[in-house]
Amino acid sequence: MKAIEVIELTKYWGEAIAVDNISFQVDEGEVFGFLGPNGAGKTSTIKVLVGLTNPTSGHVNVAGYDVVKEPTKVKKRIGVVPDSSNLYDELTLIENLEFVSKLYHIDHELREVKINELLETFQLEEYRNRPFSKLSKGLKRRTVLAAALIHEPNILFMDEPTSGLDVMSARALRELIKKLAKSGVTIFLTTHYIEEAGQLCDRIAILVKGRIVIIESPEALRNKVQGIPLLSVEIEHTKEFNIEGLQGIPASSIRQSNGRILIQAQDMQETLKALIRVAEENGVKVKEVQTIKPSLEDAFVQLTGITVESMTMEVPKNKSR
Amino acid sequence: MALSFSLRNPQGLRDLAPGLIAMAALFGTTSMEAIVITFEKRVGAFERLQLAPISLMSILVGKILGGTVFGLIISIVMSLLTTVFLGANIYNLLEFILILILTSIAHSALGAVVAVSVKEVFEAQTLSNYFRFPMIFLCGVFLPLEKMPITLRYLARLLPLTYSVEALQITMLNASGSIGLHLMVLAGFCILLTYLSSAIFIRNLE
Repeated sequence: MKAIEVIELTKYWGEAIAVDNISFQVDEGEVFGFLGPNGAGKTSTIKVLVGLTNPTSGHVNVAGYDVVKEPTKVKKRIGVVPDSSNLYDELTLIENLEFVSKLYHIDHELREVKINELLETFQLEEYRNRPFSKLSKGLKRRTVLAAALIHEPNILFMDEPTSGLDVMSARALRELIKKLAKSGVTIFLTTHYIEEAGQLCDRIAILVKGRIVIIESPEALRNKVQGIPLLSVEIEHTKEFNIEGLQGIPASSIRQSNGRILIQAQDMQETLKALIRVAEENGVKVKEVQTIKPSLEDAFVQLTGITVESMTMEVPKNKSR
Repeated sequence: MALSFSLRNPQGLRDLAPGLIAMAALFGTTSMEAIVITFEKRVGAFERLQLAPISLMSILVGKILGGTVFGLIISIVMSLLTTVFLGANIYNLLEFILILILTSIAHSALGAVVAVSVKEVFEAQTLSNYFRFPMIFLCGVFLPLEKMPITLRYLARLLPLTYSVEALQITMLNASGSIGLHLMVLAGFCILLTYLSSAIFIRNLE
């Protein structure tokens, strides 16, 4: 049995289309990543999958049940970590977990055992009596994750789990996600952090403007662009240099990343010649040229034509969801 | 408004008590629903409730009962004030409590209808006022129904506050009328408005 089965799902918000006829399946125990820029339809898809909104058309089965016809059966078997930490600010960490366990009808004795287990797993014991509002962002995310696991769901949906976290908290959360995946929980993860998807996911679906562009393993995605060499160029004053000036160079993509210019091209000889010529014409000096192995980010850019910077750009909410 | 009544007819101020108590329940419940539901929707707490394996109707009934408790507290305080300061009487305490409970549930459900229809707290409060203020003038709180034009009297019959005020007048002022019938109509409003709030919420999921 598939953990998640989506067939020709379409979702409109008013006149705007958020999800456009997508189909995919997620196996039991798999970590499946949904990658795309803001406004691509990731959150809309997750909202349909967890029963928060109905699809405009198409079918969605989660844990073997139709989400529209049997939402309660689905909700018993899934845990959801939303993009915002939405527990009650006024309640303490322990009160919040008790409240959530009551929502899932977990009996009193088991409740106490489960809560203590989760506090230990997520290293939250010392904060148990602290109001939720007084916790740091990282601790809030860990608490929300603990709350999502209190009823031992088979499938865990995580919407941008590390969004807004500092580096250490994000890393700690990713380690927890890996542990969960090892324990056999199916994880459906949306993110706009490409490398995070690469680290955590067995397969990645790339979503652009409501449509799935590709579904592959991170390795297969990298291999798809492996054949196309990537030049990493450092020139004088790279950061100030306008790459518009390199438009004439024969290349399949040109972009700036971390103070370097990245050029992907089939004919390296021709590209190098053109690069040096254009640099001379513009009066800039090429300091270093390296051939590098394409990363998942390069694969993403190559396959979608979307710049990494645009992944995190804000879009109007009513159009995005 | 109460002051003008007092100046015109100092002895008749007691007659205002049923209307004031019903009005307290109306404002208490609808304000509470407007704040609680819209605020929880905004911070995502309502979404968490929706994700639990419980029906949407159960969630809404819970929210309506929360508003009901608040409405009851406010109307009991108002009852004590009118009893102490205006000399109001309660001839049948059991009937009086039943009326207060049904009044609070019905108006809490009305507040839920408004709150599930909008996104923000201020929208809910503004929309509630479109119902609340006309109801004060139409439902016999200050002006008896029989002194109104016939069209407005028919309109008043469509609003739950009319039945709350009349039922309280029966039990507090010994006014003529059937308490049983009024309680049944109020119970009908409770069911109708709860279903309406649920239907609007489900429609918004589309």
